[in-house]
Amino acid sequence: MKRKRAFKGILFILPSFAGVCLFWLLPYMDVIRRSFFSAVGGTFTGLKNYETVFANQAFLLAGENTIRFFGTCIPLLVLLSLITAVLINGLKEMHRQLLKTAFLLPMAIPVASVVLLWRALFNGQGILNHLLFMLSLKNVDWMNTGASFGVLVISYIWRNLGYDIVLWLAGLSAIPESLYEAAHVDGAGTWKCFTCITMPNLLPSLFTIVVLSLLNGFKVYREAYLAAGDYPQEKMYLLQHLFNNWYRDLAIDKMSAAAVITGLVIMALILLLQRAWEGDA
Amino acid sequence: MKKITAFLLTLLALVFVFPVLFLAVGSLMGKNELTDLLLPVLKTGSTGYASWKLFPEYPTLRSYVEVLLDSPEFFVMFWNSVKITLGALAGELLVGMPAAWGFAKFDFPGKKGLFTLYIALMMMPFQVMLLGNYLVLDDLRLLDSLLGIILPAVFSTFPVFIMYRFFEGIPLALLEAARLDGAGELRLFFMIAIPLGSPGVISAMVLGFLEYWNLIEQPMVFLKTKELWPLSLYLPNIDMDHAGTAFAASMVALIPAVLVFFAGQDYLEQGIVSTAVKE
Repeated sequence: MKRKRAFKGILFILPSFAGVCLFWLLPYMDVIRRSFFSAVGGTFTGLKNYETVFANQAFLLAGENTIRFFGTCIPLLVLLSLITAVLINGLKEMHRQLLKTAFLLPMAIPVASVVLLWRALFNGQGILNHLLFMLSLKNVDWMNTGASFGVLVISYIWRNLGYDIVLWLAGLSAIPESLYEAAHVDGAGTWKCFTCITMPNLLPSLFTIVVLSLLNGFKVYREAYLAAGDYPQEKMYLLQHLFNNWYRDLAIDKMSAAAVITGLVIMALILLLQRAWEGDA
Repeated sequence: MKKITAFLLTLLALVFVFPVLFLAVGSLMGKNELTDLLLPVLKTGSTGYASWKLFPEYPTLRSYVEVLLDSPEFFVMFWNSVKITLGALAGELLVGMPAAWGFAKFDFPGKKGLFTLYIALMMMPFQVMLLGNYLVLDDLRLLDSLLGIILPAVFSTFPVFIMYRFFEGIPLALLEAARLDGAGELRLFFMIAIPLGSPGVISAMVLGFLEYWNLIEQPMVFLKTKELWPLSLYLPNIDMDHAGTAFAASMVALIPAVLVFFAGQDYLEQGIVSTAVKE
């Protein structure tokens, strides 16, 4: 009986699994295999493709930018969303809902629709520089200098802040109100409550939020690409651009090795995330 | 103190929704007004800065008329977006929903490993899978066709994960009781899983809609024929000389996504939370 039911469970999953194998799993395994062979002729070359990739200037630049991008954005986003969430949480129900909606809305806005705004905003003679000019501040050449990195950061924060706020709010709502009441009775102030109750209770959420923010971060490429094209300003050049450019040249050897390297890094992050999930339960 | 934080938060929120206001206002402006405001951005060599207004001086629907009535290519691309989005979502319902149920309520050897695999796949950025995706589409002769975009999306593992999280919460006792009454597994799936797990299914659909309506990487690398392009690739290619058209087209692309967002916001939030917290 039990065995029969297990079999039925497998039947539920089978159509999905067959497609997953066909479209995702087997092709990726093929990519792993190809990463050890030369692109032309298909002879076994061991780790040579990996050596080529690690010696590749474009890969090093893109890798460095990508790491710097995450290193800047994730702490910034996590902190900003935490502050906003805590502040929103103290407001009245209606106001809270309204603000949450406003911060989440960017999730729904197609990148292609925003590109128009990005062009008008970040152009050398654009609206943002107009604002800076009115405030008697120095102009910034957003798209053609290192400041282009700032454009990436702004795009990312704008699109992802709401997502993280929702996650923090969920964490906040799980903290029992009675803890705060007890602390108030004992004479604890707002700040004391925050550091001694809110922060420790949110710690488990922190890790998942960091990992999810990281994985959502790869999509910033869409804005970067549509606003600046295949070869943007150097500081904006991400791993995603590199993959795209290698794809156009059909550099299968380099692409497959780089796909394996990036895949491994992400896999490590996912295993960490899973451990955290199980820790919750 | 509380008033000040509320005020500052509202200000910040306005900055966040500004892009929508920007597009909405721009799409209602006449050609001259738009050119006046944006000339420094549109034309190299002109002096001064671009500026903006909160309301159009003479609101007009002319740009919308141009997009909706006078540009047939816009319609083609709009329908391509619709086909990709609906095709992917329908497929996910058909294939992903049973799979999520299978993972949530059945036990079999190797299930845990298999599910970890699904999670890993759902989290991989597209660029990592790009080459593999290309190779298989090439083998199946699906490159440069809408089906080549839709099919991989149908077997995306993300909706399975979201629905799984919601199916998991359905009490086992309920299923046991129904089984004792002689209900078969299919009947349980249709009469218990789908109705009780519907918030999860809707969450997955809302998140999926926003994703596929906004799809850029896949069509960009796999679709050579311009007639197959979705809106997301068409919009950035509108010549800035036709700024009015660009604004109206951007609005028309935005409206379905925003409608889905408002209709499904509760489910969207539940979906987001389900990716992070284990109940």
